[in-house]
Amino acid sequence: MDENSSARLKRRLLGIVYRIGLFLAMLTICLPGLWIVISSLRPTVEIMAKPPVWIPKEISFDAYVAMFSGIGKGGIPVIEYFRNSLIVSVTSTVIAVAIGMAGGYAFARYRFRSKSSVFLGLMLTRTVPGIALSLPLFFLYVRLGIIDTHFGLILAYVALNVPFTIWLIDGFFRQVPKDLAEAAQIDGCTRWQAFWQVEFPLAGPGIASAAIFAFLTCWNEFALASQLTRSVSAKTLPVGLLDYTAEFTIDWRGMCALAVVMIIPALTLTYIVQKHLVGGLTSGAVKG
Amino acid sequence: MATVSLKKLTKRYGNIEIVHGIDLDITDREFIALVGPSGCGKSTTLRMIAGLEEISAGSIEIGGRVVNDLPPRSRNISMVFQSYALYPHMTVRENLGFSLKIAGAAKEDMDRRVAEASAILGLDTLLDRRPSQLSGGQRQRVAMGRAIVRDPDVFLFDEPLSNLDAKLRTQMRTEIKKLHAKVRSTVIYVTHDQVEAMTLADRIVIMRDGHIEQVGTPDEVFRRPATRFVAGFIGSPPMNLHEARVDDGQLVFASGEKLPLPHQFKANVTTGDKVVFGLRPDDIYPTGHGISSGDAADVHQIELPITVTEPLGNETLVFVEFNGSDWVSRMLNPRPLKSGERVAMSLDLSQAHLFAADTGKTLRS
Repeated sequence: MDENSSARLKRRLLGIVYRIGLFLAMLTICLPGLWIVISSLRPTVEIMAKPPVWIPKEISFDAYVAMFSGIGKGGIPVIEYFRNSLIVSVTSTVIAVAIGMAGGYAFARYRFRSKSSVFLGLMLTRTVPGIALSLPLFFLYVRLGIIDTHFGLILAYVALNVPFTIWLIDGFFRQVPKDLAEAAQIDGCTRWQAFWQVEFPLAGPGIASAAIFAFLTCWNEFALASQLTRSVSAKTLPVGLLDYTAEFTIDWRGMCALAVVMIIPALTLTYIVQKHLVGGLTSGAVKG
Repeated sequence: MATVSLKKLTKRYGNIEIVHGIDLDITDREFIALVGPSGCGKSTTLRMIAGLEEISAGSIEIGGRVVNDLPPRSRNISMVFQSYALYPHMTVRENLGFSLKIAGAAKEDMDRRVAEASAILGLDTLLDRRPSQLSGGQRQRVAMGRAIVRDPDVFLFDEPLSNLDAKLRTQMRTEIKKLHAKVRSTVIYVTHDQVEAMTLADRIVIMRDGHIEQVGTPDEVFRRPATRFVAGFIGSPPMNLHEARVDDGQLVFASGEKLPLPHQFKANVTTGDKVVFGLRPDDIYPTGHGISSGDAADVHQIELPITVTEPLGNETLVFVEFNGSDWVSRMLNPRPLKSGERVAMSLDLSQAHLFAADTGKTLRS
């Protein structure tokens, strides 16, 4: 066997090893999600079986039917929860991204006093676990009378997300060369126009990814929401999962079904937006 | 019609003064090059004219109108950036038409002016491409096109050629010169490359540490440098500059070697003066291989050892040892020379320069 064919063989073998490795990694990542989907479609006996039943024997959509059949028939107010989740997540994401854009832009473009301390302070807020804040927040919200309201939850989520969006968006604005905004100003733009015409479109993909992160954080958040909401008019989907727990039993199938209902919008949104998250959009702006 | 005049223009960042109250008058349609080493304040000056940098003191007038506090868009200028600064999310056409779109120009008017500019610069076939699909030279042309479309009073260029390779740079230099001949606007061109400044500009402004060292035509700054700095900065290879002492009609160098005091300076120096003697490589050559521009009596003959030669084909740069260091000389119609060989050199002292050692100012009256 000559050198070339052995090198070719080696390359081919390596390729196969890579693919197996990749498959295993993906399996580890995807299995829990897959298990939830399967569990939502099989009877509780099978879910609890030991050793586990890998392939479901029968598939039924009973849990999904029951979920929507109203109180008393095993149903939960899923439409209301969905609406609450949507209102809270979308509103707080929009606000967090708006603040994040203003803040991120300021950090990326302007020099001001104690800039790095302010930035550090913002980042430090991320070190406090959300659950540690839930009790103080609870008391505060009760006093203010905003417990169990959309507004209260939105406020908490905005505060939770702003440092992160500022940090992300700051990074994306830094990647947009300063020269571009200056060129736009010379081309007749005001500072404001230069931002919207040139810098915003270029940082757009970055801002979109910051928005997704913020949205998913809100959509999936449980710890704070479980403390700050209690009625159908304010509870979000993750909190709604608790409806499937009774004093002595847990309806795992129903819970999994609701989890699937939660995952679908998040997955769809991520799928739609990820196409726009192409990097390297600024290439060709300045030298190179 | 646009003159530009800077009056006591100053820029400070906190306590640090970058530009120290410079004065400059630029006439209409003039091509002015601001040249100097990095950190001399030339780019800051340009950015102040553009309105991208606030001025700390003094004033800027464009076309007789004080523009100190006007935003860039109200100054009717256009600027070509070193980085080109093309909008990557727009096609070449959109890049060119952007300023017109912002100004709210009619579609037909916009199309016509974009077509005109792209015809001048040969961009017709590239109009639907994006900047990322263009080569360096093409991007450079788009950047110039974007400047032309606005039909500005003043063009500002901020080191526009420094990102191009040597060959393309020479080519674009010619194009800029042709462009100026066509458009006839006032141009302020910043560069650190003295060759670019010499070849392009009507007048050159040489800056150093936030001061203007000299303003003059390329010929003036080359032949009559006002300071030692200008003498060393303009010209390639640079002027040979060496400290000496005046002693009874002679220049005595540190090594003890002597040269006669050039007659054009005799009236301005006295024995004991410390001076810097300067001679361009063209004015020191192996005897018979150069052209003396003055009187034959001013050509001083001396025999010097050769250290290194750099043949360039049509000429050879010959490094000879004098006063303990290398002096570069330009040898026309070269013949082969060997290192270590002693050759007869001609020094055309009518072309020599003398500067005061302390102030660096020329001693020519």
